[in-house]
Amino acid sequence: MRPLKPDAALPRDPAPSRTAYRMHRLWLTPLFRSMLRVGLPVFTVTFSAGLYLSDDTRRTELAKTWESAWTAVEERPEFQVNLLAIDGASPVLAEAIRSKLALKFPLSSFEIDMAATAARIEELDAVADADLRVRSGNVLQVTVTERLPVVIWRTPAELSLLDIEGRRVARVFSRMDRPDLPLIAGEGANAAVPEALALLAAAGPIQPRLRGMVRMGERRWDIVLDRDQRILLPEADPVPALERVMALDKAEALLARDVTAVDLRNKDRPVLRLAPDAMTILRASQGVETGASSL
Amino acid sequence: MTDLYQSQRAMRNMRRAAMQRGVIAVLDVGTSKIACLILRFDGPDRLREADGVGPMAGQSGFRVIGAATTRSRGVRFGEISVMNETERAIRTAVQAAQKMANVRVDHVIVCFSGAEPRSYGLAGEWALQDSVVTEQDVARVLSACEVPDIGDGREVLHAQPVNFALDHRSGLGDPRGQIGNRLACDMHLLSVEASVIRNLLYCIKRCDLELAGIASSAYVAGVSSLVEDEQELGAACIDMGGGSTGLSIFIKKHMIYADAVRMGGDHVTSDISKGLQVPVAVAERIKTRHGGVQATGMDDREMIETGGESGDWEKDRRSVSRTELIGIMRPRVEEILEEVRVRLDAAGFDCLPSQQIVLTGGASQIPGLDGLAARILGQRVRLGRPLRVQGLPQATTGPAFAAAVGLSLFAAHPQDEWWDFDIPSERMPTRSLKRAIRWFRDNW
Repeated sequence: MRPLKPDAALPRDPAPSRTAYRMHRLWLTPLFRSMLRVGLPVFTVTFSAGLYLSDDTRRTELAKTWESAWTAVEERPEFQVNLLAIDGASPVLAEAIRSKLALKFPLSSFEIDMAATAARIEELDAVADADLRVRSGNVLQVTVTERLPVVIWRTPAELSLLDIEGRRVARVFSRMDRPDLPLIAGEGANAAVPEALALLAAAGPIQPRLRGMVRMGERRWDIVLDRDQRILLPEADPVPALERVMALDKAEALLARDVTAVDLRNKDRPVLRLAPDAMTILRASQGVETGASSL
Repeated sequence: MTDLYQSQRAMRNMRRAAMQRGVIAVLDVGTSKIACLILRFDGPDRLREADGVGPMAGQSGFRVIGAATTRSRGVRFGEISVMNETERAIRTAVQAAQKMANVRVDHVIVCFSGAEPRSYGLAGEWALQDSVVTEQDVARVLSACEVPDIGDGREVLHAQPVNFALDHRSGLGDPRGQIGNRLACDMHLLSVEASVIRNLLYCIKRCDLELAGIASSAYVAGVSSLVEDEQELGAACIDMGGGSTGLSIFIKKHMIYADAVRMGGDHVTSDISKGLQVPVAVAERIKTRHGGVQATGMDDREMIETGGESGDWEKDRRSVSRTELIGIMRPRVEEILEEVRVRLDAAGFDCLPSQQIVLTGGASQIPGLDGLAARILGQRVRLGRPLRVQGLPQATTGPAFAAAVGLSLFAAHPQDEWWDFDIPSERMPTRSLKRAIRWFRDNW
């Protein structure tokens, strides 16, 4: 029998020891292998991170370090903003924007929330669109597109300027502040500004006499001329109806006569409303005497 | 007997589990080497469309992904004699094969050559109850076979039904579904020493492996090195190993006889060692490089340096002629072959229609062996190599690996043995309810 303990002088046995054999088989086990190659590193990293962070002072210290590092970056002169430049706005609007933003310079560009600031500027009625960017030279550049007022809208409370979409641009205190703009009135008039402008263009010849336009029942327009004359336009196709009136006026000088209203609401049956005494005066001038009373 | 039945069934279940996992190892525990192959089963249909390869002998269903051979230690005559040494050798082979395959194997099928196999022919008869042969009837006829006294301390290794007869018709391969009155069957039973199997089981268990099957290496060598027509018409495979020479006789694709001669290549080596007064390692080298059994005119002039390290110049400078070497080797080889001849005669091999003899195994590589064998065993002798299987390394395609390759074929397509059939319900000890139902069905 061979000695129980192997002789050290003998050449090495090629056979693996029981342990080596078992370890090799274990290593070839797929589950064990994946656990060792993925599970163990993940566990080690997670566990050590957790162990480190479990201490409260370490956590605050870490947060502090992070904070200071972030502040150091933020406060670098490259990221500072010293000036607000506003382009495309009238001086009054620019002032309004400045006061609304109320930025306290110098400011880090990280602290400015561009989208929110742009939204705040766009809250102003007169601003259609605001574009913010930090320009070189530490300037916060605001490029504003202003709303262009096209009509004055009279409501019971105030006079306001409306742009082409019917959005309020600004308030005016008197009609005479903007004599160049036409006046519209009535509830819901702001919703039909483009139509009003089309009618205004069609009413070219009577422009000097035009006093304004009134939206009736939120559906149709009345054109009000001086001498309290009115042109009542239909709900549908008001522009051709107005052109018809213009044609009549040119041919017959309709509006120069003693007519209080031209009613075109029903296009098959236009109606003229005369002034109370117009008929009598006309007949008298023609030498016709009737027995009818003036009532 | 039920014990054997249970353990063999357990092994079959192990094999099925291994098949499902797709990886199984085969281990050939020989006297001179231990070979381990790792097979991967990819399913039966992997090759079929692309290559036009059918199932063949089962070798298209698997692929060898790991192969390792190591010098065997502690094995004599194909039996384990030093347990620790053998266990270490098995570990070496299995670990190397696992390393090559890069996969862990848990199930292993083992073959060994020794343990004095003895063949018995069994016959059984059964009168069919309702003229159609069912699986139950096959099981009953198998269990009706009269078991001979196989001796104390012996275990059944193979019990294969080789022939079924229905009434007067014999030679049925599969009687199920046929009509008749009386079913008879012939069974071939191979018994071996139980202690050898027990030692082997213990070794396998010590290596953390599950045994999924056990086979005689004479049988599996025949499976791999006999071609199909030889197996069909009748042939004997002689597996000349290191410590023992196995022989198996096949007819109609069934093994009908197996035996082993307890002599092999190692005895030739030891003869050379003794005759030339050289160490065993030198003798082995001389045998493999210069050995032969047929004398030629050149032999006297071919001098072989034996060498040595004794420090005595006279002893270390000795040389022998090849004539002397052949003079030592030939009697031993003749003795082996004559012993084989005796066993073949005892088995009635000369009654077979075809008497093809195939020599395989590591010792069959001696030059001139086929000529010598033809003079002793009969004219129809050829040298066989194992079937080619996919992925087998070139180094393991030689005749020395006939048993290992045959064992892989056995793993892929084992033959139905007695324990593959269900126990007939009359003999089932526990299922009394089932028996009651059966009684009702039979009587009403």
